Amino acid sequence: MKKFRYLENTVTLCYNENMCIGCGNCVIVCPHRVFSIENGKAAVMDHDGCMECGACSLNCPSEALFVRPGVGCAQAILHGWISKVPFLGRIFSPDSCCS
Amino acid sequence: MRDKAANLGVRLGINRDHYRIPPGLYALGDPDGNSPVLATCNYKLTFDIVRREMKIHSCWILVVETYGINVWCAAGKKSFSTEETARRVKESGLSKVVNHRTIIIPQLAAPSVAGHKLKGLCGFKGVFGPVRVRDLPEFIDNGMKATPEMREVDFPLSKRLDVAMVEVMGARKFMAWSVLICFVLAALGPGGFALHGIVWSGLGAFGVVASGFITGTFIVPLILHLFPARAFAAKGLMAGSAAGLILAITFARNLPEGLSAMAGTAAMTSWFAMHYTGSTPFTSLSGVDREMKIYMPVQGLLIAAAVLTWMGWAWLGIIRG
Repeated sequence: MKKFRYLENTVTLCYNENMCIGCGNCVIVCPHRVFSIENGKAAVMDHDGCMECGACSLNCPSEALFVRPGVGCAQAILHGWISKVPFLGRIFSPDSCCS
Repeated sequence: MRDKAANLGVRLGINRDHYRIPPGLYALGDPDGNSPVLATCNYKLTFDIVRREMKIHSCWILVVETYGINVWCAAGKKSFSTEETARRVKESGLSKVVNHRTIIIPQLAAPSVAGHKLKGLCGFKGVFGPVRVRDLPEFIDNGMKATPEMREVDFPLSKRLDVAMVEVMGARKFMAWSVLICFVLAALGPGGFALHGIVWSGLGAFGVVASGFITGTFIVPLILHLFPARAFAAKGLMAGSAAGLILAITFARNLPEGLSAMAGTAAMTSWFAMHYTGSTPFTSLSGVDREMKIYMPVQGLLIAAAVLTWMGWAWLGIIRG
């Protein structure tokens, strides 16, 4: 999605080319066209396009891909922080779809 | 028509729990043993879209239990999982219904469905279909091949505003509390300790919060790609400063009040724009985490400055007489 870009150099996507078997699953499941197959191996074409959904690492049969999967949602992150505080966690009940 | 009204209701979260389809195997049209099998979630809106788009194609629909949540969010919550899909395949007796051994899984379920593990669990191979249901007929006609465009999510204007409606529901508690806080603060000085003054000052303060909400939830998504910054909170600061300036020029009775309105609107817009990250299909957990740590202190300082200026100016007036 070239029209909408998010922050640069933040995502946790890691790729180990030596472990890649070139199956192309990552190219199929990625919703942002981050990967392509070059010379029988996956290549990361658009690292910053990654939204850390985790589809590629779950569907990689050779564990050549790693990403810390999660939802890029401020409300969910906020609830994550609040729920760690013993007292506040009880007052603020989750109000969002992602929590 | 009633269906349309109900659909809006679902978006706003009213009676959302009643919008579940019982999991299991459904026949669409007049399918036979060679017809394709589509897996989907049990959210009624999604099921209805599949029904509408697959009108001409007869097919089998395997609904899995996602507790009334759409495919992508269910994948994020891991309810639309490899195990759940395999379980529904076995429970429905799908192997006796069709001759082939392939099920089409929505691509957006891939964060929690490992396609290559399905066969070992239930005997059916998982093939990832396109992102959008409307591309399904073409995908099937092409021998289950998707074009690169079918594999990519988009975020057109209509969808940007559609999901903003979800934010309205998400913000209702916040708005209720802010009404209370605005009037309490107004009663502590800016209202001049008279009922009439308190009502007007409180309404003015809530006007700042409401302007921030409208600008952050509707205006920022509307022109999302036009900002020179990528962090949503930064987009909100820009749009909020502009909205605050308009508010200040139109309503403020003096410079401190105007500056206070501007700082307050910028902070609130930034806050709500930041919350819109959850409605977009391209923000990452790491990115949102980073922008929150950078911009929440900025939002806090702006709100503190706005309240202090507003209250301070009022108290200065009282002291001066």
